[in-house]
Amino acid sequence: MAAAVAIKISRFAAAALAVALLSMQCASAAVLPEDRADALYHSYSGGGVKISGPSILVQKQLGKHASVNANYYVDSVSSASIDVVTTASAYTEQRVQKSAGVEWLEDDATMTLSYTKSDENDYQANTAHGSFTQEFFGNMTTLTMAYEKGWDVVGKRNDPTYAKDNDRQNFSLGVSQVTTKNLLLNLNWEIIANQGFLNNPYRSARYLDSTAEKGYSYEPEIYPNTHTSNAVALGAHYYLPYRAALHGEYRLYTDTWGIHASHYEIGYTHPWRKQWIFDIKYRFYQQTHADFYSDLFPYESSQNYLARDKELATFSSQDIGFKVTYEFASSPARFIKKSTINFAYDYIHYSYNDFRDLTQNTAAGTEGLYGFSANVLQIFFSVWY
Amino acid sequence: MPHLTRFIVVVCLLSGCSIQPWVKPYERDNLADPIMSLDRDPVSTAYISHVHEAREAARGAEGGQGGGCGCN
Repeated sequence: MAAAVAIKISRFAAAALAVALLSMQCASAAVLPEDRADALYHSYSGGGVKISGPSILVQKQLGKHASVNANYYVDSVSSASIDVVTTASAYTEQRVQKSAGVEWLEDDATMTLSYTKSDENDYQANTAHGSFTQEFFGNMTTLTMAYEKGWDVVGKRNDPTYAKDNDRQNFSLGVSQVTTKNLLLNLNWEIIANQGFLNNPYRSARYLDSTAEKGYSYEPEIYPNTHTSNAVALGAHYYLPYRAALHGEYRLYTDTWGIHASHYEIGYTHPWRKQWIFDIKYRFYQQTHADFYSDLFPYESSQNYLARDKELATFSSQDIGFKVTYEFASSPARFIKKSTINFAYDYIHYSYNDFRDLTQNTAAGTEGLYGFSANVLQIFFSVWY
Repeated sequence: MPHLTRFIVVVCLLSGCSIQPWVKPYERDNLADPIMSLDRDPVSTAYISHVHEAREAARGAEGGQGGGCGCN
């Protein structure tokens, strides 16, 4: 009986769905990415770390249904961060990331596939990504589903035999909604699950040791082998009564390591004359520490999992930034439709609530709390062809 | 219960297919303006997301894609 009802319902549902699909408006608002190339130089400087390098992104349509893209990105790192100067030696290294993707458009649906490979001397990451996007209800609602699988190998400098796996899976769901003729809302949810070696092999945990000169010693960190996180973000873009836009975003995050985090961002975009666009933004982020985090453990091997990674500490950060875009009045070549030069600057300040600055020589556990500021610069040139 | 389920399925689907766009395509000039783009400069958005993600525990729901962190 139950089976018969189920079949009946499924037939009914299929018929209703068919009606719904047939009655949808086919305004075909789904579009492929524009033909565009960007050449960016980035620079990060803060907390004893300097990272800079280029990022080149090229997007090109092939016919009416396909678009391909490729990105080449480099991080040249010079690090003397607080972790490095207190437990190891300063180092330099380079990370090169290459990715390629294809997007296919069919009526109101788009499908994307991409592959990313990242190499540095002590970390290899491979990521395959696929997504499906469908527009509904007169192209007012856009639903995106994405799946990603990552295969990372964690290495260690000066130890070519050291290789630990870290596998990752991401599943995300996003809805974007045209709400009024001036308001666009979007909601995204993503679950990420890791399995494998999740430590940073260079970081150490600190514990009280009365026999040590400073009153404390170090031991290797031990992380759980699994990590699952959930994040949900709500965003809004609003077109003001004059030609300018406001945007806002709020994200909530929680994971199986006991970390709770949230951030919000607000921004304002103001075009000026025909050629300028000015953006300003403010972002506030905060998180609680992981269950197995401590700045100073009471004794050696005091618990199964141990971490003193400042990324797992309780902290907050504030980011204030601006971007200026200038569109050239004339094209340098016939095939170029438009070109812009852009400059962006972000000032970010990090304040830690339970991570202490061990460069201060005071009694163990009484050192001042750590904090640092970072300057982030981007300059990029974009052409549309 | 099966009746309730059937009722919900039918109402959801029929209400879905009867939804008409209350913002007509010709009323979407403002939404189509590049300053309203969710990601006006993808190369820049990806970079600044990476800057945050490498230093924060939180991750996801930002539309970014894979890669190493350069932060070992």
